[in-house]
Amino acid sequence: MNIQTPAEKLKPNDFASDQEIRWCPGCGDYAIVKSVQRALSDIGADPAKTVFVSGIGCAARFPYYMETYGFHTIHGRAPAVATGVKLSNPELDVWVIGGDGDMLSIGGNHTLHALRRNVDLQILLFNNSIYGLTKGQYSPTSSIGTKSPSTPVGSVDAPVSACQFALGCNATFVARGLDTNQKLLPGLLSAAKAHKGAALVEILQNCIVYNDGVYSSFTEKSNSADGQIMCEHGKPLIFGADNQKGLRLKSGKMELEIVTIGQDGITEDDILVHDETNRPLASMLAGMHAPSWPVAMGVLFRDPKPAYETAVHEQIDMVKEQSPPMSINELMHKGRTWTVV
Amino acid sequence: MATKLKEESENRQVLESVVIRFAGDSGDGMQLTGTQFTQSTALMGNDLATFPDFPAEIRAPVGTTYGVSAFQINFASHDIKTPGDAPDVLVAMNPAALKVHLRDLAVGGTVILNTGAFTDRNIAKAGYNSNPLEDGSLDSYRALQVDISKLTLASVEGLGLSQRDALRCKNLWTLGLMCWMYGRDRKPTVDWLNSRFASRPEIAEANIAALNAGHAYGETAEIGADVTTYIIPKAETKPGVYRAVTGIETTTWGLLTGAQKAGVKLFLGSYPITPASPLLHSLSNLRQYGAITFQAEDEISAICSAIGASFAGYLGLTSSSGPGIALKTEALGLAIVAELPLVVVNFQRAGPSTGMPTKTEQSDLFQAVWGRNADTPMPVISASTPSDCFECAIEAVRLATKYMTPVMFLNEGYLANAAEPWCLPDTNLIPEFPVKFHTDVEGFQPYMRNQETLARPWVAPGTPGLEHRIGGIEKDYNSGNISYDPDNHHKMTKVRAEKISNIADDIPPQQVATGNSSGKMAVVGWGSTFGAIEQAVRRCRNDGLDVSHIHLRHIWPMPRNMEKLLSGFDQILVPEMNNGQLVKLLRAEYLVPAEPLTQISGQPFKVSDLEREIRSRVKD
Repeated sequence: MNIQTPAEKLKPNDFASDQEIRWCPGCGDYAIVKSVQRALSDIGADPAKTVFVSGIGCAARFPYYMETYGFHTIHGRAPAVATGVKLSNPELDVWVIGGDGDMLSIGGNHTLHALRRNVDLQILLFNNSIYGLTKGQYSPTSSIGTKSPSTPVGSVDAPVSACQFALGCNATFVARGLDTNQKLLPGLLSAAKAHKGAALVEILQNCIVYNDGVYSSFTEKSNSADGQIMCEHGKPLIFGADNQKGLRLKSGKMELEIVTIGQDGITEDDILVHDETNRPLASMLAGMHAPSWPVAMGVLFRDPKPAYETAVHEQIDMVKEQSPPMSINELMHKGRTWTVV
Repeated sequence: MATKLKEESENRQVLESVVIRFAGDSGDGMQLTGTQFTQSTALMGNDLATFPDFPAEIRAPVGTTYGVSAFQINFASHDIKTPGDAPDVLVAMNPAALKVHLRDLAVGGTVILNTGAFTDRNIAKAGYNSNPLEDGSLDSYRALQVDISKLTLASVEGLGLSQRDALRCKNLWTLGLMCWMYGRDRKPTVDWLNSRFASRPEIAEANIAALNAGHAYGETAEIGADVTTYIIPKAETKPGVYRAVTGIETTTWGLLTGAQKAGVKLFLGSYPITPASPLLHSLSNLRQYGAITFQAEDEISAICSAIGASFAGYLGLTSSSGPGIALKTEALGLAIVAELPLVVVNFQRAGPSTGMPTKTEQSDLFQAVWGRNADTPMPVISASTPSDCFECAIEAVRLATKYMTPVMFLNEGYLANAAEPWCLPDTNLIPEFPVKFHTDVEGFQPYMRNQETLARPWVAPGTPGLEHRIGGIEKDYNSGNISYDPDNHHKMTKVRAEKISNIADDIPPQQVATGNSSGKMAVVGWGSTFGAIEQAVRRCRNDGLDVSHIHLRHIWPMPRNMEKLLSGFDQILVPEMNNGQLVKLLRAEYLVPAEPLTQISGQPFKVSDLEREIRSRVKD
């Protein structure tokens, strides 16, 4: 008897390749790979239609560990390669993996253009604020004063915020997560996948060897409640161990301030409600840095627009309909010709 | 649509061939004039070759020598190979054009001058100390002085054009005069104007009026009796349907044909650069063939998106010129190690760095053959004429898809822009070389190799059961997993090289274009120098010199018989528009005493220069 069984969702482990993971013990990337495998399982992804494209760096080894199609390319260029993949076959789910150096330094230009074109890619930016694979130089997201082999007295140049950069590129989906927050991250990745268009997910990731503890001022058990704020569309921007703190706009200014519910007559009604379609608000949230501010997590911005590859293929279909292709023989004969007998 | 040839019956002097050069300000419309004259000439059945030569500036300051734009056409009643060494007729629309180009005009040649542009200011701007129309500068030539500006204004009077727009019709007036002088039909130009300015009929009307006025000016004998009219009889050519084509058109059609023969779809990733951009334009205009064209954010993204497309099962293409190819270098290495098909079209231009973007050169041979880090061989082919670009484009697609490798197609700015008549081929007669995407799960490894070609399988993502990872890190020979094993790297480097060098068995043996397959001297060329070398060698042979012409299409790997062929000659002369590149490749590969003959002027070789060099070098 031939019994048809419904295709079962694959388990997270089914997305793990047979390759031994070669990141340093304790690296935040281990947690991220677990989250991605969990998200793919949750989504019900088809490994044959899933492609991971990466650049160069520790993070970029990622595709080797996934039992899907994968392409480990060259430094900074993953968004460009991924654009070619997605344009050629829009049926594929294309994930782009890179670090802060890969995507914001050498490949900053490609990140910019993939985002502004709104190619339907999930771009996962592993931000550890350091160059790991080249042994610890400061990165474009390192704070001023970062001491590293190339900046022995401390870096003097200001960092870029990945999420603010993405918002400035007119990205249609911008989210932030944390490597060790396994409750949050798979959901963010699923949301990024569900979003049609370019989705940037900044994943704060601890480099245990070269930058250990760079985010510990807001990621430890003891301080995370006060150090982070979860952004959920339609919900008040409240944080703190007792959910007593919140954000609101300063009266008459385009500026946030932290207030405490119950003090100075502040009630929950005074707290700003997160609107993920509000780009200036998303930019203000993305720009909040520890220790003065809680670091914003979750979907900071989401405003779907038509994806680039959809528009490109629609245009090709339109041209085909308006002027169906003649044979190449006919095409060549269409110009001004003459006959020699 | 074929156009019937108009038979000439007027009393005209018969010429076998003539070279005309149109020269004027870059805003004077000389390229347009030349192109339209070319179309008429092609339709009249002459063989022809053209050479557009223009500045990089879109609108250089008016009246300056560096703003001069020129278009040369050589047309004949016999087979011709080059746009001609020196013009028989120079049309100079202003003093700067005269200043730049008079030196090339043969003594006794005809110069047609627009006296209306010879103002004191323009004369001084061109760097003349006195008026060349009056100081005897033109005594050795037949000078036809016409106030084209004034006559043009008169011809469009009452049509409601501004003075500026009216004056812009003077190139059409000049074209009309030249059409009269050489018995060219004006109708193709009239048709073109009507379609080009369909939405602005007043502009079309004015230009047609100017064209007709120029023609009538000649016809009504307003010109002195010393001006002769000519007829250039049709060239004897093989039967077929002909069309005047540029290298851009033939490259475009060749790529489309190649894709059809391979059964793949095209993806062009490109970033605008002179002189390669027209390929991006032409493929973008033919999207009904399913080709995706992607104007990338930079040269690197252009090639990387094409590599991504090839990974996804399209055939990736990228086009550029030398400086852009330099930026693509790292990605070429990726395509080589990932063993993905890719066609790279390099429209070479004069370098180094920005160099002279609108001038031609063939100085990227080293870059193509060797210009990458590490041991990264890839096939390199080159086109020798505008029409040859068609076959080369197909060949590039064939090699890329059969051997899973990037292929460099060395084109040239000159070939891209130059026109020649082409007997249109029947694409149905071109053999197919269908791609077989790998779908068999049994025993699959991403780097398992075809025993004959050594190519790895091409798997399109989306194929169930063949999920795999590739990338720039060295791969294990068997499993394709990443490997740092020393012996494995040695083996992989060797197999990548062997795969490319074996292509020598899959290309035709090198033929001799003209002459014997052994003898005193072989003149070995590649690329657009074909016509000039061919003609120079034929002239030398007509005088009994034992000289042969060998012209390479396959630069890397070279045909298997190349070494044997070269060994049959006492001397090997290698003319190149660079400082000596193929000559070093031949010396390095075959230990032959090849001598360089270099010209790095941004201009094509002259037949007479080559002929003189061959004669002076060939030893008894």
